Amino acid sequence: MATHHILNYVVPGDDFTRAGEASSAVKNTLKQLGIDNAAIRKVSIAIYEGEINMVIHAGGGTITVDISDQEVAMILQDKGPGIADISKAMEEGFSTAPDEIRLLGFGAGMGLPNMRKFTDEFNLQSTLGIGTTVTMKVKF
Amino acid sequence: MKLEHIIHLEHCKLVCAGDKNRTISKVFCCDLLSIAMAKAPANGAWVTVMGNRNTLAVATLADVACIVLAEGAAFDEDTIKQAQKEGIAVLETELPVFDVALKIHEMI
Ligand SMILES: Nc1ncnc2c1ncn2[C@@H]1O[C@H](COP(=O)(O)OP(=O)(O)OP(=O)(O)O)[C@@H](O)[C@H]1O
Ligand SMILES: [Mg+2]
Repeated sequence: MATHHILNYVVPGDDFTRAGEASSAVKNTLKQLGIDNAAIRKVSIAIYEGEINMVIHAGGGTITVDISDQEVAMILQDKGPGIADISKAMEEGFSTAPDEIRLLGFGAGMGLPNMRKFTDEFNLQSTLGIGTTVTMKVKF
Repeated sequence: MKLEHIIHLEHCKLVCAGDKNRTISKVFCCDLLSIAMAKAPANGAWVTVMGNRNTLAVATLADVACIVLAEGAAFDEDTIKQAQKEGIAVLETELPVFDVALKIHEMI
């Protein structure tokens, strides 16, 4: 019988200092479950980049993480402005991050490419004016 | 090099001791967080001029052993407390990124 651990997080839209809470909580859970470090790192990167994007670009959102003995499935959902050109947004180096955010070290335009690179399944759906949903899987 | 020896670095102030038993694997320099997130080596010493809370979040997720804040960058007290909880050492220095990274590299 496969056991599932389901974790839910709300990412606040305005608080940078709290971005990273979800990824760090998931990381700790995976450690306790004895998942290997390489998989933990991939999941951490994917969720952190998603969390930060929701704070910077979308005014917050929600994260659902489903951990089974085969994989970690992640759903990141927001009701932000949406992405006009998804293939452009997926390019390394493309960023619309404002200057004050760049001063904090964000805006390399590497978040979405990292999420795709470090996961086994990556899907991004976005509708202007409705929001963005990213679903990802990391397999063990 | 064991993390406890990093205290001997010249012109650097140790503001958080971290987990002294960790062994530093490599030096890594970068200020862009999503590049550091993907590339910082586990147990590395990460040299950056970005002294904010997000630096610590990335260091934690990437299993960095030591953050070196160069060019006079600094963490606030809360962030330093959190770094101690995570077992990550924090050094502050006025030295430029390359100079301090080279010193650490020579010690490893
Ligand atoms: N959830 C989102 N809602 C709306 N726009 C988004 C969202 N996520 C990403 N984007 C858009 O896609 C662009 C690229 O995102 P990506 O994460 O790759 O880079 P970045 O966030 O700008 O910089 P970095 O992640 O390197 O700090 C963003 O600049 C933004 O325009
Ligand atoms: Mg991003």
